[in-house]
Amino acid sequence: MNGRRILADLKVTARGYLRNPIALFFSLIFPLILILLFGLIFANTGATAATLYTENFDHASPVSQEFLSGLNQTHLVTVQVINTSTGNLAVWLGQNDNPVGLVIPAGFGQNYTHHIATNVTLYVNPQDAGAAGSAEGAVQAVENEFNLRAACQSTNGTCSPVLGYIPQSVGKTYFTYIDYLVPGLIGFSILTSPMFSMVDVTSSYRKEGIFRQLSLTPLTRDEWLASRVIWYTILTFLAAAIMLGFGIGVFGAKVTISVWMVPFLLVGPLLFVSLGMLAGSIARTPESAAVIGNIITFPMMFLAGTFFPVSEFSPGLQVVAKVLPLYYVIDGMNQVLLFQNYARALTDFVIVLGIAVVFFAAAVYLFRWKGE
Amino acid sequence: MADAIAVEGLTKNYGSLAAVDNISFRVPAGSVFAFLGPNGAGKTTTTEILEGLRARSKGSVQVLGLDPWDEGRPLHRQIGVIPQDFRFFEKITPRESIDYYSTLFGTHSDPAALLERVKLSDKADSRFDTLSGGQKQKLGLALSLVNDPRICFLDEPTTGLDPTARRAIWDVVRELRREGRTVFLTTHYLEEAEILADRVAIINHGQIVAAGSPAEIIDRLGGPARLRIVAGSDVADFVRSRFPNEVRREGDHIDVVLRDREDALAILEAVQESRLAWTGFTTVRDTLEDVFVRLVGRMDDGVLKTSDGTTAEASA
Ligand SMILES: Nc1ncnc2c1ncn2[C@@H]1O[C@H](COP(=O)(O)OP(=O)(O)OP(=O)(O)O)[C@@H](O)[C@H]1O
Ligand SMILES: [Mg+2]
Repeated sequence: MNGRRILADLKVTARGYLRNPIALFFSLIFPLILILLFGLIFANTGATAATLYTENFDHASPVSQEFLSGLNQTHLVTVQVINTSTGNLAVWLGQNDNPVGLVIPAGFGQNYTHHIATNVTLYVNPQDAGAAGSAEGAVQAVENEFNLRAACQSTNGTCSPVLGYIPQSVGKTYFTYIDYLVPGLIGFSILTSPMFSMVDVTSSYRKEGIFRQLSLTPLTRDEWLASRVIWYTILTFLAAAIMLGFGIGVFGAKVTISVWMVPFLLVGPLLFVSLGMLAGSIARTPESAAVIGNIITFPMMFLAGTFFPVSEFSPGLQVVAKVLPLYYVIDGMNQVLLFQNYARALTDFVIVLGIAVVFFAAAVYLFRWKGE
Repeated sequence: MADAIAVEGLTKNYGSLAAVDNISFRVPAGSVFAFLGPNGAGKTTTTEILEGLRARSKGSVQVLGLDPWDEGRPLHRQIGVIPQDFRFFEKITPRESIDYYSTLFGTHSDPAALLERVKLSDKADSRFDTLSGGQKQKLGLALSLVNDPRICFLDEPTTGLDPTARRAIWDVVRELRREGRTVFLTTHYLEEAEILADRVAIINHGQIVAAGSPAEIIDRLGGPARLRIVAGSDVADFVRSRFPNEVRREGDHIDVVLRDREDALAILEAVQESRLAWTGFTTVRDTLEDVFVRLVGRMDDGVLKTSDGTTAEASA
């Protein structure tokens, strides 16, 4: 391995890529369009006030009444007080297909008056990002106001907030759609940019004799491969930066940026560069390579949790998702960016690394520059 | 002089087809060697075996004293190659391509000078996919020179080029020879082989059917020289009556097949004394092209075309 040669190849690769509008479009622009499109579709549904079904276990207290009318005044939600016979609002919301609900615990007014920390429970359905966002916004705003008031009146002068809320997903986690979309689309980029172009490059360079041409220079196959892996890793970091920037900046995605996403951004591209090379090496012509590439890429693109969380899938599809390598990349990034569940992220990473090593070894073994 | 290339009993089989069938030849260092043959004769196969791009089935091959297949790395530093139908990165310009090669080989080639040498300076900054076929071929030639090679392998470097571009490539080949490099080229053009090559090998159906300098090949395999007199049938009859030589009448002239040089003088003298009418004379010899036609096929405009009848005869 010679760094100077890798760098020279990287420079040529980058130039070729940046001058190829189609490649550039698929790796950077297309995911950007997707995040804007999906973000707008799913985030702007909150234009009309969402109905916030509220179970009030403290309805005798004026504080809770004031809290609810405060929520109405935000115009983000319309409070509809209900009384579920079961006492389990989450189940009721699910059965009645309602996206958001609120539970005010007994003793809420009492506690507030005596500055005892109290939480309401907010149920949101991550599928309905608009309603979820509105409900959260409304609850946050009103609690802020209440907390400020409480702090000012506090005799001991501490300004610690009294009211809080426990977010609860209806059935599942409390993250909204856009939050899932950010790691999902980073995964999309990790998958698609190496797959689409490595399949093509591997088969067409062979057909056009460019590999033979390169084999006549001191550039080794391993150096060429290293340069490709580095290039797609750079693209992946760029795509991740764009996704995070737009997700957080434009749609307020609640993702936690952490160095623990780096292992996935490094090994993910390695995995799919190898898989793309494998597909390109196995095929006899660039045309059949494209077909093989698409057969691998498209199902993975939809079923691995790119656009919708796998947890929302039917049990059958969840089983399918779990055999797709991309699932572990995206799940790992979800664990890091959303849940900070590093133990599970580590498991995902080990799986991704294992698959990457196997694919890489197979690609290196099968990929030849020279014909016999 | 040492041999730059030495091939002994080289064979390449593709299934039951012997694409190259037990050929042997040597290329002295510093000479230009042309491999001539019709489509599918085995030129590219042989060339790529010499370059270390294909494995051979049988035989021994030494290029600069190295085995191309097993010692490709050290060999590739010393040879330059333009493949038949050269292709390169589509979005990269000739100048960038040369810079890339320079870095890979660790040389300090000046892209401007190399491009000037192959007459491609005006396209130095155009992307490869916008170059014409001839311009691509010229870039291939420039790239093959980046590492200051001792041997240049040119597989049909001028196929499809216009006459000016072809001459530009010829000039470069002559210059390479002047610089003391060995040139191995394949071609369909007899003229090209005759003009450029010190030695020629004619390959057909994977076998070398003739080898040597163009003059040697003509001497050995060409028909005898002929005296051509522009005259009528009376002269033909006169020559027939006086000399044992074969006489053919063709259009406005007659051809007398010569056995040696003195024949021509005696015949001309006799015709002059006979006072029969004639308007001019010349002696004609077989060209490389004539030899070719006899050996491997029919010709059209200097480009060799296989004809099944003759090739079958040649290989039988
Ligand atoms: N990879 C291969 N597999 C099978 N047959 C092959 C292969 N490469 C070449 N051949 C066969 O070997 C023979 C010689 O091919 P080659 O390419 O060497 O011819 P050539 O003299 O270079 O012809 P051209 O003038 O058309 O370039 C042909 O019959 C060809 O079909
Ligand atoms: Mg050929």
